[in-house]
Amino acid sequence: MTWEVVIGLETHVQLATCSKIFSGASTRFGALANTQASPVDLALPGVLPTLNRGAVECALRFGLSVGGKIAEKSVFARKNYFYPDLPKGYQISQFDLPIVEGGHIDIVAGQGEECHEKRVRLTRAHLEEDAGKSLHEDIHGKTGIDLNRAGTPLLEIVSEPDMRSAEEAVAYAKALHALVRWIGICDGNMQEGSFRCDANVSVRRTGEPLGTRREIKNLNSFRYLKEAIEYEVKRQIEILEDGGVIQQATVLFDPATGETRTMRSKEDAHDYRYFPDPDLLPLAVARDWLEQTRMALPELPEAKRQRFIRDYGLSAYAAAMLTVTLETADYFEAALAAAGNNNANAKSCANWIMVDLAARLNREGLEIAQSPVSAAQLGGLVCRIADATISNAIGKKVFEALWLGDGENADAIIAAKGLRQITDTGVIEKLVEEVLSANAANVAEYKAGKEKAFHALVGQVMKAAKGKANPQQVHQLLKQRLEGGEK
Amino acid sequence: MPLTVLEVERIAALARLEMTPDASGTARQQLNDIFSLIEILQTADTQGVAPMAHAQDVFQRLREDAVTYTDSDAAQRDLFQSIAPEVEAGLYLVPRVIE
Repeated sequence: MTWEVVIGLETHVQLATCSKIFSGASTRFGALANTQASPVDLALPGVLPTLNRGAVECALRFGLSVGGKIAEKSVFARKNYFYPDLPKGYQISQFDLPIVEGGHIDIVAGQGEECHEKRVRLTRAHLEEDAGKSLHEDIHGKTGIDLNRAGTPLLEIVSEPDMRSAEEAVAYAKALHALVRWIGICDGNMQEGSFRCDANVSVRRTGEPLGTRREIKNLNSFRYLKEAIEYEVKRQIEILEDGGVIQQATVLFDPATGETRTMRSKEDAHDYRYFPDPDLLPLAVARDWLEQTRMALPELPEAKRQRFIRDYGLSAYAAAMLTVTLETADYFEAALAAAGNNNANAKSCANWIMVDLAARLNREGLEIAQSPVSAAQLGGLVCRIADATISNAIGKKVFEALWLGDGENADAIIAAKGLRQITDTGVIEKLVEEVLSANAANVAEYKAGKEKAFHALVGQVMKAAKGKANPQQVHQLLKQRLEGGEK
Repeated sequence: MPLTVLEVERIAALARLEMTPDASGTARQQLNDIFSLIEILQTADTQGVAPMAHAQDVFQRLREDAVTYTDSDAAQRDLFQSIAPEVEAGLYLVPRVIE
């Protein structure tokens, strides 16, 4: 009997505004407890919410990027529940008239043979306020409440139950994470809770109606998302195969044990008694505002990926790697502009960024925006390899020198360190002669048919040239000399 | 459609209200009186009429995204916290919430 896994995600994205959604308090992370909780955030009597244009604009940017329908009129509603980190006793959210409906995210999931593209449909995205933070560390047997986060704008993005494995769910979450950073509506900092996922998971026998779902709350890393879903799927299948039934529930994932457990609180309070918030009028989005927002959007990842393949002749893989973040894509295009725009330079820039630069950044724990080697410097280096001023191997030395700040550009380093490639045939021939006479054993081995001996000789010539001889010329001249010697 | 006592008790539980049986009975009567008015409203023909989100045909005014709450934060906080039953290290303390 085969089981089909059905997953939908609800993602809370903290919007990158400087002030809160309904008050003028700062949203900055890490301030002293309760110093950014204004009377509105504290729900003091007599206050009224005032809607932040910046938060609405973030929602518009998102809706436009995913091809969703932006509501001309949307409505804020009160979601009523009691919890100490929610001073009003209700959360201002949107219910039956959200700002964005529909849209989709395209994902690539799985590896090797299993690698496939898929379109995940979005149900909706709505604006709401975040709650405060409950600190459960025992303070004289009490819970501490910090309301700095209360009122931080959130966009809750709800997907259709279109994912069929933990891998697909992670691919969707990663694509969504990349997109919200790309369009500048979220800093994407998962440790600080700027991007949190709830996963609705159910299983069914292939072809049967949807099973009962359980909701895993508050997953703030891709790894936890994967582990929690895998555990939940395994557990649900075990229960059903033992003849049991799944109880609909809200569960928490414990990273320490890798298991999910049922939340005890809130479980009987799923009646939120939504109603339109009388403190807020309906939100209208004028057509010209929407058009201005559309014009201000950067080229989206998918469009850029396709353009990189079409205009620069990059492989699908390279194009995908270079469009993981907007910073990487911008770096690539700036490097290419500096190197001189042609397909060979594009391929070379892509390789340097994906291999050497990526490895070095990774080792130092840096983001590409913090790279000590600028895009213009890398482009200059690629240019000097392309015009055969230096070899690729010497290029790696120049790259290292640029990284360490030993010169302001590739040309300065090549000149200062005397790295210019030797292309003078006379000079290389002389080196070849020297090596051949000093390595008679290798010559004999080569003539006896050992190809390896040839490479040893190439190595010796390159060593004699301190790595600066043009490798193609060395190959050619050595071969000529060895073959010629037999005649 | 009159409410049952059980429904009244559920509404009270959702609203975190503790009610004596007497009070539940009174609340049930009062709520039923309100519902009878709503039943009259529901006889109105609303076919083809879009639900109204607000009584006035006006829209929400928007505020520019700027931090305007810039008063000396710590001083404000102490003022707000002076009415809280218990605080420590800037946190409001509440009975332990266990998840």
